[in-house]
This record gives sequence, structure tokens and C-alpha cells, in this order.
Amino acid sequence: MTPLLTVENLSIGFGDFEPVVRDVSFSLDPGETLALVGESGSGKTVTCRAVLRILPRNARIRSGHIALSCGGHVTDLTTLSERRMRDVRGNQVSMVFQEPMRSLSPLHRIGNQVSEVLWLHRHASESQARKTVLETFERVGFPDPERAYRSYPFELSGGMRQRAMIAMAMVAKPDLLIADEPTTALDVTTQAQVLGLIKELQQETGMGLILVTHDLGVVANMAEQVVVMHRGRVMEAGPATALLKAPAHPYTRQLFEAAPAIPDAAPCPQRPPERDLILDMKAVSKTYVLRGGPAWRPDIEVKACRGIDLHLPRGKTLAIVGESGSGKTTAARIALGAELPDPGGAVWFLPATGDPIAVHAMTRPQRMAFQREAQMVFQDPYSSLSPRMRVVDALTEPLEIHRIGTGAERRDRAAEMLRQVGLDADMLQRFPHAFSGGQRQRLSIARAMMLDPSLIVCDEPTSALDVSVQEQILSLLEDIRDRMNLSYLFISHDLAVVARIADEVAVMRQGLVVEQAPPEVLFHNPQHPYTKALIAAQPLADIDRPINLKLVALGAGSPESWPEAFRFSASVIPSLTEFEPGHKVRCHV
Amino acid sequence: MILLRYAIYRFATMLLTLLVVSALIFLIINLPPGDYLSNQITELRASGQESGVAKAEFLRHEYALDRPLWEQYMIWVGMMPGPNGFSGLIQGNFGWSFEFDRPVSDIVGESLWLTVLVNLAAVLFVYLVALPLGVLAAARSRTWVDYTSAFFGYLGLATPNFLLALILFYYGHKHLNLPIGGLMDPRFEGLPMSWDKARSILIHLIVPTFVIGTSGAAAMMQRLRANLLDELGKPYVETAIAKGMSPPRMLAKYPLRMAFNPFVADIGNLLPSMVSGSVLVSVVLGLQTIGPTLLTALKTQDQFLSGFVLMFVALLTLVGTMISDVLLVLLDPRIRYEGRDA
Repeated sequence: MTPLLTVENLSIGFGDFEPVVRDVSFSLDPGETLALVGESGSGKTVTCRAVLRILPRNARIRSGHIALSCGGHVTDLTTLSERRMRDVRGNQVSMVFQEPMRSLSPLHRIGNQVSEVLWLHRHASESQARKTVLETFERVGFPDPERAYRSYPFELSGGMRQRAMIAMAMVAKPDLLIADEPTTALDVTTQAQVLGLIKELQQETGMGLILVTHDLGVVANMAEQVVVMHRGRVMEAGPATALLKAPAHPYTRQLFEAAPAIPDAAPCPQRPPERDLILDMKAVSKTYVLRGGPAWRPDIEVKACRGIDLHLPRGKTLAIVGESGSGKTTAARIALGAELPDPGGAVWFLPATGDPIAVHAMTRPQRMAFQREAQMVFQDPYSSLSPRMRVVDALTEPLEIHRIGTGAERRDRAAEMLRQVGLDADMLQRFPHAFSGGQRQRLSIARAMMLDPSLIVCDEPTSALDVSVQEQILSLLEDIRDRMNLSYLFISHDLAVVARIADEVAVMRQGLVVEQAPPEVLFHNPQHPYTKALIAAQPLADIDRPINLKLVALGAGSPESWPEAFRFSASVIPSLTEFEPGHKVRCHV
Repeated sequence: MILLRYAIYRFATMLLTLLVVSALIFLIINLPPGDYLSNQITELRASGQESGVAKAEFLRHEYALDRPLWEQYMIWVGMMPGPNGFSGLIQGNFGWSFEFDRPVSDIVGESLWLTVLVNLAAVLFVYLVALPLGVLAAARSRTWVDYTSAFFGYLGLATPNFLLALILFYYGHKHLNLPIGGLMDPRFEGLPMSWDKARSILIHLIVPTFVIGTSGAAAMMQRLRANLLDELGKPYVETAIAKGMSPPRMLAKYPLRMAFNPFVADIGNLLPSMVSGSVLVSVVLGLQTIGPTLLTALKTQDQFLSGFVLMFVALLTLVGTMISDVLLVLLDPRIRYEGRDA
């Protein structure tokens, strides 16, 4: 069989600089899936874009060939004229991009944007195209294709937009689909469903698939061939089964070790409930009122959190897990006093010495005192540090605000903190742009630590980072916690990350805690369908444990579709009941 | 349906704004001490012409200038009966110009429409020039096309309008036999509209349009270029290319559509800045627009005349803003659907 796509000795460079992709070769048979794996900066995205020749403006293919074999004859995509290349794009080779939010034009209806492919390549009339597009919409899982056809992108959720992108890529039945991190921006359950969909479509149409990803779990679930890239070079390539079971190259092994996994451990004996709490949230609800539109319309109420009771013991880590919109970040903001809970809710902060602080009703001096004790590490290390402040200024600022120490003492403390987070004290005079993502997150942690707090709220601190960096940051957080007796409130959508760091996990859905238990218990014996879906949706870097899509679909659907014992609606909400000691599930008894 | 409701809503707020604006205008005009007539009376007394004083006193009473300020305002707008019953802006009576000793409507009559004409022509010019040049400059950014258009754009921005006007008149007359000054051949002045008169106006419009429009077009072009360049870097452009669209078609359908928003939103700002900005040009070019009249009226405290002209400019602004708002709603579904149930 002639391969569908052959890439030979491909080198790509920006301007006159060193090439960012060097001598990359691989080939793909029809109907096969090839995963391009690597971290950011490895050249995987540039490589896959070179196939369609949609490179950034100043990037050039320096040498090498990309040959596409279609219907018996072979085309060299590197030398094809721009006009003929347009016939290949979207027709023989199509692409799905990473960010469904921004990859669709916000001003055009979905139907229009998808039909366009058929107008361009099949010269279809509007009504012919519409028919095909509606069929494709149905196929990719839109519950109401007609409505989706008329929708604008901002009316759809992220998962639905990615389905629309897939529909756009599939509608002309291409021979090759390139998916550039198609699920990175999605929730884990949505990711599982989208991956499942791509796989099904591939089996139906027999197209080849190039999947660009940094997630070995995704690779194990999808790929037959794997190409591991690092700094523009291929480190290791081969069949997925062999490569995943016995990675030969040290870099691949390194990636494997960094990949987080849900433990397979037996449940450990129950621990007695902790009495020494540092944070106590009681019956916390938060209702947002959306105003907007004409005055005669009633305001819309959004219940971000509904009756949350959470207790964080001193020196422990409590994790809140959920998809976007589940209310986990709102809960964290309330815990920090950045938002006030609805009347009736209470948040108590209990310092090791001194009186408890009512976070929901702080006076100004209390707030100052509380801020010294409670700090936050943010999700995006790129935007949470001011690009115009030197590291030393960013670090000493909290001390200045709280008028602690002299200038020299503050600088000494900043240098000390840098060492604590594994950076060098002579980096103090640099600006944030001189640091990598992982280093910036270390800076954020150092900044949070400057006031010597006892409670740190981590809001998805690793989700913007590469796997190997994520691993380092998690180790650092654990290390600091144990060294300084910190307590963490850890927000994440990633169960595998949580499994590693948390002492107690609360799973949230639609503002409610649906299940709560220590991680070993939760992962070994999940009760709630949503928890089961989250666990099942987690792609594991183990080729023998594929994603169970049935479980995912069952739990990730709307709460009305859950089994009767767990079902809830706007009016009837089951209470959180103790299923076994230390393990609470929201169900009807 | 949503659009209609929005347009009605916008129209209502426009009327309200107009009312507030009228109060402000009236207040500001009356801020300097004295008024046209009391100035005149003082002058007449000083020169001993007692007979004129009686007439001025009569006018003062006739136009209620002897009443408190708020009553004057209400009478001017037409919300309160004056000496001659309800007779104000609302009733279509624009007042009396003391300086010219004629009703305001007589003075501004034709120049009102000529003002609208000149400015519409200038706005049209701005859009017709800025749109293709801005798109071209963005699509071919950092090439000679971009640099050349930027050069001429900044040149247009930097040249004083009246200087440009003089230069154009000189060379336009010398080489193209374009007329100098005015908005029509003097022999058509005061005559009803005819084919020849329209033609004469059109030929006379060429230079003023160019002069008034250049700087606006230059600024607009640079803004469009910057917006478009921003949009070109966005992922949906890549999606469109990956679909196999040709660059011109892609450019027109996606990024241009996005870059259009600020373009459209500018209509509202363009109109008033052109009316007030073109005063100097109108004086230099001898255009019978409303600008020079406003200048005289303000200098002589001719309050009804200046009040009316300012109201007219405010109306132009508000209509411009309303047009751009409604167009934006038409263009951008995100604005249209805002406030709809999520």
C-alpha cells in the first residue's frame, strides 16, 4: 500500500534563524492515526501546518518534501502552486484547530461557515450544501442540527464549537485530517466525547489522521503510529503499542514519568475526621444576577454555588474538581473573601493562634490580617505577572503593602523565596518575559509565599503548563506544603493532578458538591455517575486502558439524565449523604 | 423585530438627548453677560439715537428677552407660551436673527442643505478612499504599498486644510479649469433647483470635498489598517485559509467584516468634527455653508441664530450616532443578541 502522506527530511525555519524543525520524516497510511507528540516549542505544530502550507508569515520550508498520494497519483505539497494548494486545503486535507472559541468567526452563522467548504470545493448550491451540512451536524452529535445551522459561535459551548469545527473539517470528506491539539481547551469529559467522535468518523470514512498533542493519554487512546518530537527533531517514532509499552528514548521515558495518572491503589483504612480546621465554609451559596437587555425583562439568576459545606484541616490539601462553569472558582473566591456569599453562608478562617476571622464579614483591619494569612496562585503565569515589573519588585510588593521590614530585608526575603522555589537569587533583576512558563509559575508561588501565609488557594496552577513542567510544579507545591505546614485549597479540572496532591476531593457539578471523599476512596470506589464519568474520561498513557465512552456519556450528560437515585432538577436536589465514613455522595436515599 | 425595537428605543433616547443638549446650548450662549439687544440699546443711547431704542425695546419684549432665563428657554423651545403664544423650535419657528434683521430660517435655509451636502460628500469621500487603501495597506503590510499609502496618508493628515484648499484651487483652476470658491455659479444663487444648477454644484463640490475629507480619510485609513492587521492574526483567519479560500475572498468575508465595527462606529463622530472643522475651510473657500454664519452669530451674540445652528450640528451628530448604532446592531450579532436570554 502506498502511504497517504510522506514527509521527508522536512526542515522549517523562521527568517535567517536556526531551523525550528530539522530533518523530520514520517509517513502515514490511509485510515491510520499518527500522533505527533511533544511539548510546546517542540515544532509539532509548525510541522503539521507545513502540510497545508499555512505557516506563519516569516517561516519558510528550507528543505524536504511532503508528498500526498490521492486517488492513485502523488502530489508534492511543497512545490505545488498556491492556487492548486487551495484545492487541497479543506478538500483533501483539512484541519481542526486547538481553540474552538477563537477559530470560528464570531460574526457568521455556523451553517454558513461550514457550508462554505462545499461552496468552495464542490461548487454546491446553497440548498445542496445545507442538506449535506445538516447531515454532518447530525453525525457529529448536534441535538438540533437546524438550530446549530442558524447559531452563531458564541451561542454554543466549547464542546459544541469543536464539534462544529470537526463538522467543517469533515464535510468535504477529506483523505487526511490534521487535528492540532483538538481537545486541549476542553473539559475532560468533553475531551473524551470529542476524541470518541473523531475516532468513529475516521472508521466510517477511512481517512488518515494526524493528531498533534502533548498528552500521552490521548495518544494511547487514539494513535497507531507515534512520532515524539523535541526541539524540532524526531526523538523516537514507531507503532504506538510498542512505543508506549517500552519507550526507548530517554526523552519519551521522561514524558511518561511526568504524565499524571489516577492511582490504582486499594483503599487505605479510614482516617479519623480532622478537628483542627483552618478553613470552614458553611452553607455557602452564590447567586449572580445577570442584568442586561431592556428594563422590562426580568433579571436572570445564575446559581454559581449552592449550599457548599467544605472543611479544610490545617496542613492538608482540599481539592475542588469540576468542569468549567461548575462553580469551583467561585467557591475559591468566596473562601478568599474576594466575593461575598449569599446571606446565610459563612466562611470562617481559623488561624493557628488568635481569634477566628469571619471571612464573609471582615472589617478593614481584619481583611489586612487575613490577606497576610491567605494567598493565591493563579492559573495563567503569563498574565498574572506584570510584564513591566522586575521580579524583585513583584516579590517585594506584598511586603511594601503590608509595611513589613526595611528595603534590604525585603530584598533578602525575595532572594530567599526564589531559592525556596528552585530559582536563582541573581534572577531578581530580570523581567518576567525572560522566564519560561514553568519558571513564571514558580515566581507566582514565590510571590504568594512572601507574606508567609498559612493558606494558599491554587486555581488550576498547572493547567497552562506542559506535562513535564506540571510534574515539577506539583512536586514543588507538595514540598513547600510539607516544609512550611501550609494548607491548600486546590482548584482543578484534572483528576489525575488532584489524585496526587489532595487529601480530600470534592467533585462539583452545576454549583453543587456531588461527591466528596479522600482520593484513594474516590478513585477506587466512585459512587456518583458524574465522578465515574470524570474518572473514565481521563485519558491514560496506557494503551490497554482505553476511555470508556459509555460511562462518560452517562455521567457527563445533564443531571436529568442520571440514574434516578442521583437525579436532580432546579427544584428537587438530593442532599449530600454519608455513603461510608468519610465518603459523601449526593443522592436520594 | 429586535432591530425595529432597538431603533425605536434609540430614537427615543435621541430625542431625550436633544432636549438636554438644547438646554446646555441655551445656557452656554447666555453665559456671557448681556444680549444682542441690550448691547444695541446701550450703543444707541450712547450715540443719542433714542428712536432706535424704542424699536429695540419692542423687540426685547417681543422675543421675551426681558423675562428670566428659564422662561426664555421654554419659550425658545416652544414648551411655554411667549408673547405670541406657543411659537418655538418644536412648532418650527426658529426665531429672529437680530444681526441680519431677518428670520433665522431665511438666513440658514439654503446653506443648511448645502452644509449637509458638502459634509455627506466629504464623508462619502472619506469612506471611499479609506476603505480600499486601508485594506490594501493591511493586506500588503510592510511592503512598498503599505509605506506609500502611509506616506500620503500622513501627508494628508499633516497639511493644514486651508493651505491644501488654496493649492488645489490654484492648480485645479490652472490645469483642469475648476471653478474657484463658492458652491455654485453665482448666477444660480437664489434660483430654484435645475439640472444646470445641480451640475454647477457638483463641479464646485470637488475641491471642498477633497479638502475637508483628506485628513479624515488619512486617519480612517490608518485605523482600518491597524484593526485589520489585528484581525489577520486571529485563529479564525487560519481556519478560513485551511478551508481553501482564496486570499481576497477570505479577507473580504472574515477579517474585514470584523474590522468594520470601529469603521462604522466612526460615522457619528465624523459628522460633527467635519461641520466644525470645515468652518475655516468654508471661510477660505467662500462656501455658503452654515459654518461662517455660526461664526458671525457667536461673535455678535445673535442668540437665536447661533442657538439654531448649534442645535442643527447636535442633531447631525445624534443622527450620525444613531445610524452607526443601528448599523452596528445589524452588522454584529454579538451586539444584537446581547441581553437576550442566555
